[in-house]
Amino acid sequence: MRRTMLGAAVAAALLVAGCGESSQVTVYKQGKYQGKPDTQAWDNAPLAYGHAEWTKGDRASWENQINKRALGQNEDNRIYRQ
Amino acid sequence: MARMKFLCDAERCIECNSCVTACKNEHEVPWGVNRRRVVTINDGVVGAEKSISVACMHCSDAPCMAVCPVDCFYKTADGVVLHDKDLCIGCGYCFYACPFGAPQFPQAGAFGLRGKMDKCTFCAGGPEPDRSEAEFKKYGRNRLAEGKLPACAEMCSTKALLGGDGDVIADIYRERVTRRGKGSEVWGWGTAYGPGKAGAQPPQAGGKS
Repeated sequence: MRRTMLGAAVAAALLVAGCGESSQVTVYKQGKYQGKPDTQAWDNAPLAYGHAEWTKGDRASWENQINKRALGQNEDNRIYRQ
Repeated sequence: MARMKFLCDAERCIECNSCVTACKNEHEVPWGVNRRRVVTINDGVVGAEKSISVACMHCSDAPCMAVCPVDCFYKTADGVVLHDKDLCIGCGYCFYACPFGAPQFPQAGAFGLRGKMDKCTFCAGGPEPDRSEAEFKKYGRNRLAEGKLPACAEMCSTKALLGGDGDVIADIYRERVTRRGKGSEVWGWGTAYGPGKAGAQPPQAGGKS
């Protein structure tokens, strides 16, 4: 009798165990760069033989140089605006 | 503040692969690794064939950065997505996450052994000292630190591939499309380039055009 009750209790516990609901959703955490620090492009002086002109360490002047160069990709400047 | 982007005009791309060649030559990219490639749809169908040059698009919210288990990716102040090869374990998660297939893996050795990830750097090198030999060996040339734009865009013979600050190249593209009178009717034009041409849809508040 005792063994039967024990068996029934274990069986009931096993049956109920399936009803348990735990959260299976992981929480996304944004990673943080773990590598070496990088310098900025404008922290370099322009090359001596290049046509680029900007002031070392001045981001605005470097952006001006890059944008000037980017506008060179517009062939309309050469065809229509001479 | 500059935000570096590529823009490829499918109406102009003639599938010459000079962007691919320029990239391989500029950075001495090893055999089997293609940082840039040209994708063609409707190949051989007259009037329907279109080509586009694809590489890393330097996403604003890059999925490769989100999935990297060792957090080897970083974004520069001018919006270029770069990575540290010393940290990369070559797991390939970034390749699965990337919608453009940008991350490449040198395959050398037995059992398809995968090396460290290699991808387009927007010619901005990596975390090694700028314009150094170490940087060139690992990531290729750092043209941005020389005041130049990516070699692929500058070499493009038809100027289909534009590279540079997103606002500047979008202006070039908008002017080009307006001049040729075709292209501004496509879906999303208004959101990307704003109105200013018949057929262009202004972006709706809270919605997509």
